Amino acid sequence: MTETDLVIIGAGPAGMAAALAARARGVGRILVLERNGFYGGILNQCIHNGFGLHYFGEELTGPEYAERFSTELASAAVDVHLDTMVLSVSPDRQVEYIGPKTGYQVVSAKAVILATGCRERTRGQISIPGTRPAGVLTAGAAQRYVNLDGYQIGRRIIVLGSGDIGLIMARRLTLEGAEVVAVVELMPYSSGLTRNIRQCLDDFDIPLLLSHTITEIRGKHRVEQVTVAAVDADRKPLPGSETRFDVDTVLLSVGLIPENELAKGAGIELDPVTGGPIVSDRMETSVPGIFACGNAVQVHDLVDYVSAEGRRAGDHAADLLLNEPAAKEDLISLTATGDITYVVPQQIRQSSLSAGIDIFLRVKRPLPGGGVITVCADGTPILRFRRKHLNPGEMERLTLPHQVMSQQTAASFSISVEAP
Amino acid sequence: MVDFAVIGAGIVGSAIAWELSKYEADVVVLEKENDIALGATRANSGIIHAGYDPEPGTLAARYNVPGARMIPEIAADLDVHFRQTGSLVLAFSDRETQGLHALLARGQKNGVPGLQILSAEATRALEPRLSERVTASLYAPTAGIVNPWELALAFMETAIKNGVRLLLDAAVTGIGKEEDHYRLRTADGREVSTRFVINAAGAYADEVSALAAGKLFSITPTKGEYFLFDKSAGETVDRVIFCVPDELGKGVIIAPTVHGNLIVGPDAEPVADKDDTATDGARLAYVRSRALQVIPSLPFNDNIRNFAGLRAAADTDDFVIGFQAPGFFNVAGIKSPGLTAAPAIADDIPRRFAAAGYPLNRKAYWQGKRRIVRIRELPAEEKAAAIRANPAYGHIICRCETISEGEILDACRRGMKPVSLDGIKRRTGAGMGRCQGGFCGAGIVAILAGETGIDPLRICQDKAGSRLFAGRTKSAGGTDD
Repeated sequence: MTETDLVIIGAGPAGMAAALAARARGVGRILVLERNGFYGGILNQCIHNGFGLHYFGEELTGPEYAERFSTELASAAVDVHLDTMVLSVSPDRQVEYIGPKTGYQVVSAKAVILATGCRERTRGQISIPGTRPAGVLTAGAAQRYVNLDGYQIGRRIIVLGSGDIGLIMARRLTLEGAEVVAVVELMPYSSGLTRNIRQCLDDFDIPLLLSHTITEIRGKHRVEQVTVAAVDADRKPLPGSETRFDVDTVLLSVGLIPENELAKGAGIELDPVTGGPIVSDRMETSVPGIFACGNAVQVHDLVDYVSAEGRRAGDHAADLLLNEPAAKEDLISLTATGDITYVVPQQIRQSSLSAGIDIFLRVKRPLPGGGVITVCADGTPILRFRRKHLNPGEMERLTLPHQVMSQQTAASFSISVEAP
Repeated sequence: MVDFAVIGAGIVGSAIAWELSKYEADVVVLEKENDIALGATRANSGIIHAGYDPEPGTLAARYNVPGARMIPEIAADLDVHFRQTGSLVLAFSDRETQGLHALLARGQKNGVPGLQILSAEATRALEPRLSERVTASLYAPTAGIVNPWELALAFMETAIKNGVRLLLDAAVTGIGKEEDHYRLRTADGREVSTRFVINAAGAYADEVSALAAGKLFSITPTKGEYFLFDKSAGETVDRVIFCVPDELGKGVIIAPTVHGNLIVGPDAEPVADKDDTATDGARLAYVRSRALQVIPSLPFNDNIRNFAGLRAAADTDDFVIGFQAPGFFNVAGIKSPGLTAAPAIADDIPRRFAAAGYPLNRKAYWQGKRRIVRIRELPAEEKAAAIRANPAYGHIICRCETISEGEILDACRRGMKPVSLDGIKRRTGAGMGRCQGGFCGAGIVAILAGETGIDPLRICQDKAGSRLFAGRTKSAGGTDD
């Protein structure tokens, strides 16, 4: 078994930012393990623009955004193994991996960063009845076939779910000459970014059917027809509201789930709502020395924030490796309540209070008139943030200022939202 | 002229091909689809039944117990996943407990070893997640689980290695009787002359039988719908769980799978269309509610796939096994426990032909062992050695199931070339996991195209006609139409 300082699992946006940050801070031996044969992960198939507005202050495509990091990483003193699959991470940070070049290896690391990204929910998880023909695929898989491999995945397409990838693909496939007959969304609102509804659907006259779902898929070998029905307030299909669409393809954009199999194997505690590890403000998980960042922790809307989170994980892993390990300190919980779906981080270190803390959250339902987000310390309001509009599809980022937080001695924090 | 033409390559046809490959005989298997095991074999519960279910005296009873006895050794020889889990039949009332005793008596008559009635406490000690309403159970230690299509593929690959020829896309549409042989014609115009015909055509066996003679029996498939849960739910039960049949029907099965998933189903619905494997919301809801009565905590959120399968039930209400004309042998109506019975039925065939005056001679040399490299299942040192010997075993294509490029290439080189993503999935497990092929599909298309020479645009998801792609994108040389 070999030894190293830091193993980073994944060379997508989170992993690359983490590696560069740790290297910049002076961590000596860094090993990045990437499953694909290339850097950048899913960014490579995201050939549309809109990346980097926050991080770089300019608008880039996915591959351009990835290249900014990968160029730097390729010349940094960091070992990267591509085509390499991590099989397991133990609680004492032994990382077992295989690759065609490396063979079977186990490396013992002083710190590990999980940057494994997320995966798409599939047809089985939403149980659409009917036949099981070709032509039912997730939006991300379709994006890969179209943008990286050059295959047309269908001619007449219906999209189920209004997640961002589904919206982006509705436009992409239209530009490829396919007809996208509708985007069908179960909820009364879209889970995608407003800018994507405008640019990908409205600009191409693609109807968005809110409070609708696909109740059946038919086709012997390839999809031939789907049945779409309106749903009631409990999201149950309304009998008599069925419409049939003759299509050859169903794209699913019904949600993303953090890839957490390695985290589970390491015994890391997961947040049942995000599906990712519970992390502290330094992105450390419940297992000491194992950090997590990016879509492995929470599914982000914007890659810019993924990079920022990766950098934060890299910085804190470097702190752990380079400085005297801090005395074990108490973690203060930060809990989502009411109409807040979740908040990350879920825990704050006592010593972080003096520095101010960045937090991310999502709301459970749209608040078109905006809302007031309240942070409480042991039940007493200490901070209020006004937002002009709040949507489940748009992640909110707040900075809890050090001026207020450093005064706190609470045992727990909670966060809630109210219409103004 | 060949000696045997086996029509149909499901579990039954494959087991027969494997058995006949041990003998000095020219054997051809004709399968109407683009791969084997695409009918009932690919969508059933995957259970090796102990044998207390069939009525004594039926053919089902005659072949069930010997089949269950043969499976463990066959699985070891052919390197097929099998686990002798044992099974429990649950009772939820005093009346159902009486039913258990009837099953016990029937099982003893059929020669099932080790049957035992367990108390409610003993039952729940074995399976703590069962409903507290369980009153008693029948325990059968010889029941087990197997992957049905994996077993069929192993039979057929071994048969091919020993000289059997397999014709795919070969639907038999005509059977002519000559003086001392039969002439089979396929839909695409191929002809096979054969001394003997074995009809193992599953749901279509009645139609094949009718091509050679008048209609002796008819088959109405019974459809059953299933849930398949993620591996995170795989340890919900350790054994196969059945219920005593009640006024609502047979009750659903809850069982682990050999791959570590959990399977829940089926219901039972007679259907007219022999290809109708559509699932239905109301039927799935019924399966779900029945299953929740057995295990209230079943995590339906972990469902990764629904499917429906057809059991080829004959109107004789038993297996149809025997000569219908000189040289024409039916193996039809093989509903449950057909998977278990298949090797015992196959084993009997040389005897049946000998008894009819057609003796067969064993081959002097027959290769009966099959070995598969499965990186995920190898201990660390063997993983290391396998990758050193062939680096393709270190290149993981399917991340959910940890399936390597080397394993996919091996699957393409074992005598049958798969032509579809599902063909690879059935052979290797790639694409069976949580992402259901979302991540690995593109990689498998590339390997399949490279290995078989098929144009990627012609690669199918599954059966012929299930094309994955509609063409090339504009930047890859395609056009708007």
